[in-house]
Amino acid sequence: MEWEAVIGLEVHVSLSTNTKLFSGTASIFGAEPNTEANIFDLAMPGTLPVLNKEALRMAVKFGLAIDAEIGKRSVFDRKNYFYPDLPKGYQVTQLDFPTVGKGSLTISLEDGSERHIGVTRAHIEENAGKSLHEDFHGMSGIDLNRSGEPLLEIVSEPEIRNAKEAVAYLKKLHAIVRYLDISDAIMAQGSMRCDVNVSIRSKGSTELGTRTELKNINSFRFVEKAINSEIQRQQDVLEDGGTVIQETRRYDAERDTSSPMRSKEFANDYRYFPEPDLLPVEIDDTYIEAIRATLPELPDAKSARFVSEYGLSDYDAGVLTATREMAEYFETVARSSGDAKMAANWVTGDLQAALNKNNWDLAESPIQAERLARLIQRIKDDTISGKIGKTVFEAMLEDGSDVDQIIESRGLKQVTDSGAIESLVDEVITNHPEQVQQFRDGKEAVLGFLVGQAMKLSQGKANPGQVNQLLREKMQ
Amino acid sequence: MIEKTVAELSGSLSRGDISSVELTQAYLDRINQYNSTLNAFVTVCEESALTQAAQADTARADGLTSPLLGIPLAHKDIFCTSGIKTSCGSKMLHNFIAPYDATVVSRFNDAGAVMLGKTNMDEFAMGSSNETSYFGPVKNPWDTDRVPGGSSGGSAAAIAADLCAMATGTDTGGSIRQPAAFCGITGLKPSYGRISRWGMIAFASSLDQAGPICKSAEDAALMLNAMAGLDTKDSTCADVPVEDYTADLNNSLQGLRIGIPRQHFAEGLSPEVEQAVREALGVYEKLGAQLIDIDLPNNHLSVSAYYVVAPAEASANLSRFDGVRYGYRCDNPVDLEDMYKRSRSEGFGDEVKRRIMVGTYALSAGFYDAYYRKAQKIRRLIKQDFNAAFQQVDIIIGPTSPHTAFTLGAKTDPVAMYLEDIYTIAVNLAGLPGMSVPAGLADGLPVGMHLVASDFAESLLLNVAHQFQLNTDWHRLRATAFEEGH
Repeated sequence: MEWEAVIGLEVHVSLSTNTKLFSGTASIFGAEPNTEANIFDLAMPGTLPVLNKEALRMAVKFGLAIDAEIGKRSVFDRKNYFYPDLPKGYQVTQLDFPTVGKGSLTISLEDGSERHIGVTRAHIEENAGKSLHEDFHGMSGIDLNRSGEPLLEIVSEPEIRNAKEAVAYLKKLHAIVRYLDISDAIMAQGSMRCDVNVSIRSKGSTELGTRTELKNINSFRFVEKAINSEIQRQQDVLEDGGTVIQETRRYDAERDTSSPMRSKEFANDYRYFPEPDLLPVEIDDTYIEAIRATLPELPDAKSARFVSEYGLSDYDAGVLTATREMAEYFETVARSSGDAKMAANWVTGDLQAALNKNNWDLAESPIQAERLARLIQRIKDDTISGKIGKTVFEAMLEDGSDVDQIIESRGLKQVTDSGAIESLVDEVITNHPEQVQQFRDGKEAVLGFLVGQAMKLSQGKANPGQVNQLLREKMQ
Repeated sequence: MIEKTVAELSGSLSRGDISSVELTQAYLDRINQYNSTLNAFVTVCEESALTQAAQADTARADGLTSPLLGIPLAHKDIFCTSGIKTSCGSKMLHNFIAPYDATVVSRFNDAGAVMLGKTNMDEFAMGSSNETSYFGPVKNPWDTDRVPGGSSGGSAAAIAADLCAMATGTDTGGSIRQPAAFCGITGLKPSYGRISRWGMIAFASSLDQAGPICKSAEDAALMLNAMAGLDTKDSTCADVPVEDYTADLNNSLQGLRIGIPRQHFAEGLSPEVEQAVREALGVYEKLGAQLIDIDLPNNHLSVSAYYVVAPAEASANLSRFDGVRYGYRCDNPVDLEDMYKRSRSEGFGDEVKRRIMVGTYALSAGFYDAYYRKAQKIRRLIKQDFNAAFQQVDIIIGPTSPHTAFTLGAKTDPVAMYLEDIYTIAVNLAGLPGMSVPAGLADGLPVGMHLVASDFAESLLLNVAHQFQLNTDWHRLRATAFEEGH
């Protein structure tokens, strides 16, 4: 039987507000345990929540970016369960009236086609603290620094069909929240987390199969692996005549398998009810429009503009707009160098390779946009050849000094002096009489070889155009 | 001196008839003498009270003239007080010292009041007789075999026995007004949102409200002046301007329309209480007010709705008492679940556990619509009843409680106890201001008259109560055993 998967993602992003969702405590990643927790975060009796308006603003901003319905009246609810890192014994979240309603985003697939993936809702909620089970001699340690940090939980429609689409969706969400500057969205640090709901059904069927939820997935790569592994597992179960059990499973990336955490029968009854310590949040069009006015150009719009304004291919435009930083970097290079195509080639080629090789973020690159632009200018004005450009680029990775200084101090400047080039050409003609004869007999292709020889003699510094021209003249 | 109202004491202090230190010492002596009988205070802060009093005297000498400056006060032990134990009447918090002051506490501190100590209460404010306190029941000064009412029974008994000049209370379903009625004193539950709840340990967040427990309507106005107002730390605190609540006290009641709810003078009301309240209404008629019979048709549903909403909220509010960070933790837990179960089973009393179970049940999957959602609907109906009534009348008056203070241990059936608040609960569900003032005696025990006004009409409420007190002396009556010099 042919199977198809139905996948929905629940993505939590930590909103990068200065303070927590309901208390004035700073929210800083990596602080000493329990140093960023005030009396509210400790759920001291008598303390009360006050909504961080910045978190609301960020949620609305996200909603506008995915063209979603914005909840003019959102209501916070209490989700009740006991756990030591949940100090109040309930999590404040939004159940029936989330701040962000139905929206959608577009993903690009490898074959160049596009798909719209629906977003069911996105709601604001508070994070729990952390339980630390090691180093406490059979006890558990509780760190409440993270407790009460604002999260936006973004729930997709079950419209994703395979692991690659899931990753594309996740990357698009990542790009959007980074463009909006509302989250660092670093999966390894947990500021972007993803739970995956997977079910399979026979292809063409309209009924949904029993789903499982995968937790504990902390990279894009593992999302893909986890989904594929779960689809395979469910397929094996069904093909062996078994049934899939509705349950939550923990994914183990190292072993590429998942194991059950809890089944539906043991699921908590969260006893949601409206949070009486907070009034419903009412917002109006003026508020929404003021936020809309602050929306930056988003990845899809930017990509389209790069195609029309700079003449880039869809592919290059897509790569260059994958992150806001990359897009800004590219545009600075393109504008300062005056050559968008060269800028695109350098950024997607040599620069990207260097970043990958060294495992750098763009921000960590030793070559800032203005320096790369200067390098391109020097190629364009024939100070160096394109080939020497690569050498200069390599040098720039190690040497932070000015591009011109690097070219000068390493003697990489292109030879354009016609006397010097003439003597190079003469030497090549003398050393390769056979090839010269072949050229004179009409074998054009040999010219390339001769030019190459001259370039080699000049250690790449001769202007290839001049060499070419002079060789032709001399061999006529 | 100790029997005087805040308004009178304020005069004495400003004239220099007495110093705050002398006054404070006089109350401390009273507490020393009577608290073992009454059990009204759970904590007495002798040293810090005398320090605060000395500071108040210095401030007065420096020219400060705030009306509450140097006036000795008691806080219900539900308000967090920095560095001083806040037990909420529970074993769960018997060792809890809050690291901060409730807004109500800071406002009284800012006004220069002197905190004598913390008063006993029903555990987590759950009770109508003060018998659920971990620290034992409070006794009614009028008859120490009787309950003072609850949950603010310690504050009410302390006022009635002149152990302090003024006290704070909280009222979720009648917890200020019913003990005020039983103890023959004045108690005000302001509109929901009038006073910040920051630092007041939550029972039912959408119903809880702090308020004054004192010796006269004028004192309630003076206290409310200090307590009321916006607090950015409480999102449900109302952004409604604070009036000078003493400004309208002397307005004439000529033409005042008083609504008499038929449902509050029906079956279940003791004839003696009814008679006292009817006579009090006669006083209003003499003052030019008009009595109009009204209906509150959904009043009979209020206790049922309340006992869904309040326990539901409480079940979540009390989840934080888990033995992890503060408060009671059981000995030698074997694992997490054992720690939760035993800390909570051992730390909470029966009534608290009963309400947590009721609330948990009401919110459970499959029961939410039948209980919680329906209760919220009833709540809206009750609010509509009041809205309709206030189209016809300016104020609603009836009995605070169906009877006078009952004997300790007399009510063992929880539901019978819940019905204690049959006249007061609807006011909390509707978020309105309500008040109880002494209106007479029945068989030698105080009768409370219940006054209810529309949203944020505290000035009118206090005006109506004050005019009654100008024309009667019920609020000055004291139980013989606790009269000064007795």
